[in-house]
Amino acid sequence: MAWFKRSKENISSENGKKDIPDGLWTKCENCGEIIHKKQLEENFYTCAKCNYHFRIGSKEYFEILLDDGTFKETEKNIRSVDPLQFVDTKPYSQRIEESMKKTGLTEAVRTGTGKINGIPIVIACMDFSFIGGSMGSVVGEKVARAVDLARKKKHPLIIISSSGGARMMEAALSLMQMAKTSAKLAQLAEARIPYISVLTDPTTGGVTASFAMLGDVHIAEPGALIGFAGPRVIRQTIGKDLPKGFQRSEFLLEKGFIDMVVHRKELKETITKLLRHFAS
Amino acid sequence: MAKVILDFERPIVELEQKIADMRKYADNLDIADEIALLEEKVDQLRNSVYSNLTRWQRVQLARHPERPYTLDYIQMMTENFVELHGDRFFGDDKAIVGGFATFENQTVMFIGHQKGRDTKSNIYRNFGMPHPEGYRKALRLMRLAEKFSKPIITFLDTPGAYPGIGAEERGQAEAIARNLFEMSRLQVPIIVVIIGEGASGGALGIGVGDRILMMENTWYSVIAPESCSSILWRSWDYKEQAAEALKLTAKDLLELGVIDRIIPEPIGGAHRDPLQAAALVKKVLLEELKALKKISLTRLVQERIEKFSKMGAWKNG
Repeated sequence: MAWFKRSKENISSENGKKDIPDGLWTKCENCGEIIHKKQLEENFYTCAKCNYHFRIGSKEYFEILLDDGTFKETEKNIRSVDPLQFVDTKPYSQRIEESMKKTGLTEAVRTGTGKINGIPIVIACMDFSFIGGSMGSVVGEKVARAVDLARKKKHPLIIISSSGGARMMEAALSLMQMAKTSAKLAQLAEARIPYISVLTDPTTGGVTASFAMLGDVHIAEPGALIGFAGPRVIRQTIGKDLPKGFQRSEFLLEKGFIDMVVHRKELKETITKLLRHFAS
Repeated sequence: MAKVILDFERPIVELEQKIADMRKYADNLDIADEIALLEEKVDQLRNSVYSNLTRWQRVQLARHPERPYTLDYIQMMTENFVELHGDRFFGDDKAIVGGFATFENQTVMFIGHQKGRDTKSNIYRNFGMPHPEGYRKALRLMRLAEKFSKPIITFLDTPGAYPGIGAEERGQAEAIARNLFEMSRLQVPIIVVIIGEGASGGALGIGVGDRILMMENTWYSVIAPESCSSILWRSWDYKEQAAEALKLTAKDLLELGVIDRIIPEPIGGAHRDPLQAAALVKKVLLEELKALKKISLTRLVQERIEKFSKMGAWKNG
């Protein structure tokens, strides 16, 4: 009965979400709308029909938020090492190299200075495409240094999070980055420097349980998954299906853990308004 | 409760039982030489087993159901313990306990994860897995200690913060993050002791302090070996390898600079002699407390933040 078995894959499976759609046309993962790449860019990588927010990286966020030509990257040269000589199905050092090659990034966060509608700020933005945006020593250290820089310059801090949590391959050292970044933010708070945390899809685990939940103001993008435990783990633990919309931005707004859900095209203006209030 | 014997403990326990049996007849029979011989043998066996424990075996010891828990240590080490309850927002989490106690003539705030010993008490304690109200209760008690200038000692022993619907609704992540933030700047000495399992953010949520101590047969990491196996190997069968890869023992973490000191345990583990285990913990705690009290509060907090700021490994590429 050979004709029942496909000799080749005719229908490609939708394996994983792509960070930035390549090719000229792309399909909205939510409503199926076919969108032209240029139109997608102009619409801040969201679907014009259903408002679905595509997952984007630090490069796009810096373009969206910062005034043209104002971004200066800091701490570009800090690289991960493999302190535990961690090997699972492949060595951690190989994973890092492959991620660097695949993404063109050096780690899961980029930091720097820039201006938002003329207001100087310090900014950090995570890249989910780099080992799931996981926080190891380098992510913790770069965020900590960004906090220090904000404190030194007395400029507001903005961190855009997107992470699966702490990085397993650095084990306890990853865990300690939660304590490190939180301690640094306590110092920033004592210096009365504003910190705005922007939570994007997804922000879970150790990043949520440290700097992402410690902002003076929490802004989330629509529909972003935000939580401590991942939905799969919770489902396994309680043995039940999860309610619709559970752990999404709108749910967190309702439960009181974020201040607002903001469409990506309004993100810059919203942050600007807040920064002006802080500075006035 | 039935005595729990781990696989690698079995030959030792069997030999010990044999010696005990022989002793019963020792008055009537002349077998003192044989007993001495067996005792020598069991000593050798103990040494060879316990000086060569794998990381996974340490994890098993850390989870041993007869190991002393927070309330056991408090009971064995202190007097006048007054347990305090509730986070003043939502409820009282039974997986985290705390209160004032007299610790060698001084009042100390003790806070720790609490597991149960049988099914009933484990359900009551939610297997030592806190909800947000547990972390908020802990923070409330820490602020109370700070208000009255009392040092804080926390005991870590949890398989993790509870991953459930209510926990997420009430902000598990925010509760843990808030504790890390506040503990880093509390104006009293804080000593953290890992007495069993130190699983991830659920442990760290009461684990920021001036001295981080770890008992000899405990583990502390970003994830439990089983979960690590299931995520990275996509199977539950690689827990031994995961435990090795995670470098989660006291010795590993001392080398990595995550902890300051290892507290030795009675041979065979704390569950073999809880009183001696408590005495060893107490001795180290008193030394550390004495040292910390000499440091000015400003310097203490500054050094605490610096301590965590240094953690991690990276290079300039």
